[in-house]
Amino acid sequence: MSYQNLDSFRDPEVAKTLSGLIAESCQSPMRIMEVCGTHTVSIFRNGIRDMLPQDITLVSGPGCPVCVTDQKEIDDFIQLARKKNVILATFGDLMRVPGTQSSLQKQRAQGRKVKVVYSAFDALTLAAQNPKKKIVFCGVGFETTAPTVGACILEAHRQGLKNFFVYSAHKTVPPALDALMSMDTVIDGFMMPGHVSVIIGADAYLPLVEKFAIPCAIAGFEPNDILASILTLVQQKEAGESKLENTYSRAVSPEGNKKAREVMEQVFDKVDASWRGLGVIPGSGLSIREEFERFDASKAFELPPARSAAPKGCICGAILTGKKIPPQCPKYKIECTPTDPLGPCMVSSEGTCAAYYRYHGAITKVY
Amino acid sequence: MKDQSILLDHGSGGKLSNELINSILMPAFDNAILEAQEDGAIIPVNQGRLAFSTDTFVVDPIFFPGGNIGDLAVHGTVNDVAMCGGVPQYLSVGLIIEEGFEISQLKIIVESMAKAAAAAGVRIVTGDTKVVPKGACDKIFINTSGFGLIPEGVNLSASLARPGDRIILSGNMADHGVTILTQRESLEFDAPIQSDSAALNKMTAAMLKAAPGIHVLRDPTRGGVGTTLCEIAKKSNIGMKIREKDLPVDQSVMGVCDLLGLDPLYVANEGKLLAIVPPEQADAALEACRQDVHGKKARIIGEVVADHPGQVVMQTAIGGARMVDMLTGEQLPRIC
Repeated sequence: MSYQNLDSFRDPEVAKTLSGLIAESCQSPMRIMEVCGTHTVSIFRNGIRDMLPQDITLVSGPGCPVCVTDQKEIDDFIQLARKKNVILATFGDLMRVPGTQSSLQKQRAQGRKVKVVYSAFDALTLAAQNPKKKIVFCGVGFETTAPTVGACILEAHRQGLKNFFVYSAHKTVPPALDALMSMDTVIDGFMMPGHVSVIIGADAYLPLVEKFAIPCAIAGFEPNDILASILTLVQQKEAGESKLENTYSRAVSPEGNKKAREVMEQVFDKVDASWRGLGVIPGSGLSIREEFERFDASKAFELPPARSAAPKGCICGAILTGKKIPPQCPKYKIECTPTDPLGPCMVSSEGTCAAYYRYHGAITKVY
Repeated sequence: MKDQSILLDHGSGGKLSNELINSILMPAFDNAILEAQEDGAIIPVNQGRLAFSTDTFVVDPIFFPGGNIGDLAVHGTVNDVAMCGGVPQYLSVGLIIEEGFEISQLKIIVESMAKAAAAAGVRIVTGDTKVVPKGACDKIFINTSGFGLIPEGVNLSASLARPGDRIILSGNMADHGVTILTQRESLEFDAPIQSDSAALNKMTAAMLKAAPGIHVLRDPTRGGVGTTLCEIAKKSNIGMKIREKDLPVDQSVMGVCDLLGLDPLYVANEGKLLAIVPPEQADAALEACRQDVHGKKARIIGEVVADHPGQVVMQTAIGGARMVDMLTGEQLPRIC
């Protein structure tokens, strides 16, 4: 058995054909933004930049949920971990993210109860197993995560659990893309996130395509999925077209996952949300509806008002909007490393800075 | 032993300690040097060079498919000595046991240590047992130290890789780390995966006999194959090129890695080695490795080059190239 399953989505011959077609089609410089952190990592892991003509620049967008989590939200998680009788349940990626003064990892080292879980349902199980403790789940994620967390809240409601809470820092992708296009960014095409699209459906991007007349392609995560989406974006640009192409139709339907969206709508309200590096984006956050507010950790616990600011000199905003790449940040690899990160982009496995740190070297064209 | 579980008194050095040692440890580790029960082991030595290593094991869970903390502790130190070119002969064992630990479980662990030592041809000749109050450690921690003579003519070091050398990997990557991860609470996979925990001293002896000019032997434990290759590249100040399509990974293990976003290049192994071998001896080394029961899937995964010193570059399966860097931070805690 080889390292990767040799199905057609990883077939080197198909990859060669696709990269040949891209080189043939590309006549002028083009900046493509991949919106999803999983794409960023896949592009690096598969060495895809190495297979593209020099005219194509891939920039990473605000697609890693941990990276766009606001400093105030990180600080709130840390405050919650310090509360008496609380077990904080979180995805592992958040552990090392630096807050203004501490991190969840440091809190755990000091004896606070911080538990890494792989699903919100694990937090629900913790609540049932520890009736005398208050379990708070750090709700971080996009439309891919929010429905599961919503389903947990519904289940907690059904079971009448009184010790289960969620701090909802969930965010939604389309409003962020809209905000991004309204800024002074230079983006000639979007590679749309595969997982998010499974939930919201391809049609959710149509208003964006129409409003900004920009080529868009929904992409899967295998290397040939990514190359195919780049090809359609290049072809669109060269033909002067701007439309939405779904190159991940084996998973993404036009209407998406209706049931998951219903759960989201049942449990959450759309609110304005603050994104790290991007500022407040209208209607881009999900807060727990009044009907379920007894599960809302931001209401059940007293938390200090916002006083947090991102570290000075961090250029997260420019990186998350694709204006700069991590090696252009003065702190990159000097003051900011995965072991001693200044911001979440250097911590999360899908963070742009962490991906550059791990995979980006002076050497590429060696074979 | 009439008690069912470990009491603080079992670590007191008094009567209960003696009872524990004589009823469980002595019969399992059974050898004359240990039975002398001196303050330390007295061992006859010949002149030459010794390889000496120590390792402490805190793996959670203590029992997992493919092994337990006991045989893992024997394999780990045996392998470290073997990677230095030593022929492991003697081990020490230090046990730190949590008060209340079940004696029946201790017995299983100790017996599997004895079995692993016998299979590897090493003797456990000295040891120590401490019991700490409940909560002061998690069930059981084990330290092992070991040494062995390095035969004449064997000269291994991570600083000896040279351009042109071939890089051999003895089998599938990531089995141990993925097994431990899937066994942890709250992760329910039914994949038929087991740890590769194994002693590799017979394999290294056979490889060194077939290819005495081997430059480097390393077992890619924590940090995985990727981190180990980077360490060698930096210490030898050479570059490496590896090919993704030649990196062996079990399909189920790859599936779990895909699901959890792990890169098998960075996941721990406990029964695999990397050998850096001069080109003219590479085939002999590979063949010797494949003859061993733990090396059937051995492959040449790449070459040492003079370009880009200190850096490892991988040709990806689809034909791109990327840098392989060291693992940073803790991928999985308490993996061994």
